[in-house]
Amino acid sequence: MSVSYQIVVCAGLAPDPLQTLEPVPGPALKNELALPAVLDPWAAHALYEAAHLAKSRPGSKVYLVALAPKAKLQQVMMTVAQKLPFELIALDGPMSGFADAAEVAAALSAAVSGIAGLDRERWLLFGGWESATRGAGATMQMLAERLGIIDQFLAVDELRVEEDGSLRVWERVEGGGHQVSLCEGPPAMLAWATGRLPEPVNNPQIGMANMRGVMPALQRARPAPPLGGGIEYRKVALPAQQRQTRVVKDAAPEEIARELAAWIRE
Amino acid sequence: MRATAIGKETQTLRTLPGDDVRQILWRFGDRFDLQMLVQSVRAVARGPVARAVANGARHSHQWTKEKDDLLREFDAAGITSVFLDPEFGGYLAGPKNLALALTAFELAWVDAGAATASLAGCLGLAPIHERGTPEQKAEYMSRSAPGGDRTPLRGAFCLTEPIPYVGVETGLLSGKVRIAEWREGQEPLLHVTKRGRFITNMDFAGFVTAAVDSGDPKIHGSCMVILEKTDAGVFDPGAPARKLVHQLSSTTDPIFDLTVPASRIVGGYTIEDGVVVPNYSHSEIIEAVFRRTRVTVGLMTAAKLLSAVEPLIRYHRERFRGGESVPPGSPRFELGLQQREDVLHRLLEVWSTGEAAASLGFSTARLFDELDPLEREKERVLAAQGVHGGTALFKALRKRQPDAIECLTLAAQPAGRRNQERYDALAADPVVRFLALDAQANVLCPAVKLWNTGHGANVLREAVSLMGGYGITEDCPGFLGYKWMDAQLEATYEGPEAVQRRQLSLTMTNEVFLAQFKLWIGEMRRIAARYPGSGACALATAMELWLWTLNHLQKATDAAGVKLYSGNRQGVTFPLADALCWLLASRAQILDVVELAEQGPSHPVVSEGLEGLQNFFTDLCHAQAARAAGEVGRICAELVFGYRRHPSWDAEGDYQGCYQEDELIAIESLVPGMSAWTPDMIREDGSHASKAGPCARMDGLHDFTRLRAKLDGCLTGSLLARDRAAHALAHVMIPQALDYPA
Ligand SMILES: Cc1cc2nc3c(=O)[nH]c(=O)nc-3n(C[C@H](O)[C@H](O)[C@H](O)COP(=O)(O)OP(=O)(O)OC[C@H]3O[C@@H](n4cnc5c(N)ncnc54)[C@H](O)[C@@H]3O)c2cc1C
Repeated sequence: MSVSYQIVVCAGLAPDPLQTLEPVPGPALKNELALPAVLDPWAAHALYEAAHLAKSRPGSKVYLVALAPKAKLQQVMMTVAQKLPFELIALDGPMSGFADAAEVAAALSAAVSGIAGLDRERWLLFGGWESATRGAGATMQMLAERLGIIDQFLAVDELRVEEDGSLRVWERVEGGGHQVSLCEGPPAMLAWATGRLPEPVNNPQIGMANMRGVMPALQRARPAPPLGGGIEYRKVALPAQQRQTRVVKDAAPEEIARELAAWIRE
Repeated sequence: MRATAIGKETQTLRTLPGDDVRQILWRFGDRFDLQMLVQSVRAVARGPVARAVANGARHSHQWTKEKDDLLREFDAAGITSVFLDPEFGGYLAGPKNLALALTAFELAWVDAGAATASLAGCLGLAPIHERGTPEQKAEYMSRSAPGGDRTPLRGAFCLTEPIPYVGVETGLLSGKVRIAEWREGQEPLLHVTKRGRFITNMDFAGFVTAAVDSGDPKIHGSCMVILEKTDAGVFDPGAPARKLVHQLSSTTDPIFDLTVPASRIVGGYTIEDGVVVPNYSHSEIIEAVFRRTRVTVGLMTAAKLLSAVEPLIRYHRERFRGGESVPPGSPRFELGLQQREDVLHRLLEVWSTGEAAASLGFSTARLFDELDPLEREKERVLAAQGVHGGTALFKALRKRQPDAIECLTLAAQPAGRRNQERYDALAADPVVRFLALDAQANVLCPAVKLWNTGHGANVLREAVSLMGGYGITEDCPGFLGYKWMDAQLEATYEGPEAVQRRQLSLTMTNEVFLAQFKLWIGEMRRIAARYPGSGACALATAMELWLWTLNHLQKATDAAGVKLYSGNRQGVTFPLADALCWLLASRAQILDVVELAEQGPSHPVVSEGLEGLQNFFTDLCHAQAARAAGEVGRICAELVFGYRRHPSWDAEGDYQGCYQEDELIAIESLVPGMSAWTPDMIREDGSHASKAGPCARMDGLHDFTRLRAKLDGCLTGSLLARDRAAHALAHVMIPQALDYPA
């Protein structure tokens, strides 16, 4: 049975985590917002998985719902829009780990509900299981609840569509294992971990086609309702760094191996 | 843009400039197609290309599978089809000079050989693109488009031949075209023989556009022909060149001995009195091709200079970390070699040269984007007046030159005071507009190629030095050693420095260009009034000095009475061409930073941290303008004085002007101290001061010396600017690691 899907992917932006800035001497603050923005890596996996699924299911369509500063989103689209065809629904708002998950979920839910013609029989809601700016892993669940999607999967690494249209889902669990579930079919929410499928290569031709919709979507982007109104931060601190590095010169490989094995056993 | 001393309150550079800043500087903020292209090419450059280089793919002269795989990456990322119009499978509409420039820039950021490999295909197609018949265009463009699993047809461009012929002097060809067979009422078949030397892309080329001369009275002059691998005869790619650079591109010495239909003559032909007359000679086509592609080459070197900044800052800063006697938090730990002024100053020169080179290159690429449609429009207008190609066209354009000059002169006058009606009419005339832009393009193209690659190669050597021993190893972060060596090829192929200088010596004396140049001097002064710290004023003075020198040299003769400014006096024309390039590069850099000052504040992303960035870039402009002024001053002074004979004690006429001792005593008694102004004196016994001769005279050169002294004064503050920029360099945040393997 060949089903086609409407895959709604929610993705925000994050400062490129591969490019930490070298702090400068003196009292200068390390400003991560000065880093180039990328699509939040967890959500990016969700988007790429959506791309592959949509490609293998003719008639499918991918929607990308993004809440982020409009100008930065535009820059990021220059890469992302080349990877797969999608329709962008943009919400202009902050990009930061301090935004409250419940408020973000509310804003996203309004945007997703506004997509015309969504059919619950074909609808998959994708996102990242957490964000590179914040590891709470709560937004997608809250969003699914608001949208009335009760089949929810977290830290997904693989999705397989069975012959009968049911969905087999691999969720990450402790110790490198997976919990495999079978779900009857859409609607379902999948919050992705890294997934299994590769990042599609850039294809400017797809990009040019996407841009016809992306640019007007960015122009239309409504400011998200002000976030952060409902919460107050009493104290913010970096987690204490733990580093257990020892510099040992001239250790024999056997000795290193023994020590590593002991540490792993611990 | 300002000029203040370093103070705590002064904002300075926070991070290295990112894409948003570059889009403003190089004016493609509104070109989403180009922004996407940049990202797409970058992913290939910093991914598969960088990995190939890091894995040692450059170690072989052969065309290996690893290198060949990159072609597929280029196809998939849209690099192969950048050059193609949408109707032939491309995705960018309109002129593509800026697009190709950005492509070359991104690839060369990692490896210029990869840039060459991807762009040589465009070079192969370029003769067809510029002068091909509509049928030739349709056929070869569409076959060159990658699509699905089909391997696109790849091209090569074959001009250079083994010695003794085609090299720098592109006129003499030993490659020949003859009539192989010509049946009554049918299209002639041509027999083409040519040996190529150093031809890029031959290992995989399916077609070649080759320059050949007629070896047959039935064919007139020279032409370019399209040769295909499947044509009857020999299409032998030949042995690979054992080159030291650009190893990710394929270069071989091919041999062709083929029979092809006459329809392969690029641009078509007519038959006059039983003779095949090609519509375009090989040199006409090559001129049209090179004037565009040379700009792209110049941007390769610019990219490499800018790519050196981040690895060098990191190397200097981290130089002493890990040493037992260098505890974290100590200045030596935090700043490393950046504690030392010289590394900062030299790195600034690398950076600034890169900025100026990129600004010059990209502005020229944009100029060609503007010129391309205008060129066709001009042809259309003139054709409507009955003027078609060749000498007639040349004459018609010459006739309109005074109009172009008038238009530029009117443009310089304030809007209220000029003859507005006349100005509007001229400014709207496509032929006038073409002439003005064309005159600029004829100077800017060789300037980009010459300065970016020639001077750029020298500065890349400096970059390698700044990395110490690492610099000269394969492990050097950012592949700086390779980049330096590669620059030597960029300075050589598509016409080495001598060719660019020769071309500049002709085009820079074009009156339309000079009228434009005068406007630019005024433009720099006006910018200086708004942005006093930018160095624009010093640059304007240097431009005046250059112009004065050019005018002077065009009239002056040397000590033997021989004309100074002439084609065979390369000792005069070449340095003056070099000097002009310094000016143009610095001007382009200043214009871009002005654009940033004007557009940045309203840009949602760039406006954050703009003040510090703007201060830094302004100081960089200032330092660069001073370097340019210094070069121009030196070159002009050497040229103005160097060809005059030095006065000697032996030549009677020379010392006759000197004061006699008793004369001076008399003068001194009237005006005490006066003798200090007269260095040369002959004593009663005929003896004189111990030196080469009486001091040289300045007759007729006082304007020059006044300007030169003024220029020296204009350097005021430039090293303060450099100090501020150096301070910024020691404090800017950089990523912890390079975003491509090395
Ligand atoms: C890796 C590589 C790839 C190449 N790819 C191609 C290609 O794809 N297609 C192609 O057609 N060619 C290609 N070339 C050839 C290249 O364009 C020529 O090598 C270049 O134009 C210089 O010609 P030449 O080597 O014969 O130098 P020469 O003509 O011998 O010049 C050597 C030097 O002599 C001096 N000189 C010569 N003439 C003058 C003059 N009139 N005035 C002043 N000084 C002068 C200059 O200093 C000049 O640099 C490639 C070359 C290399 C190395």
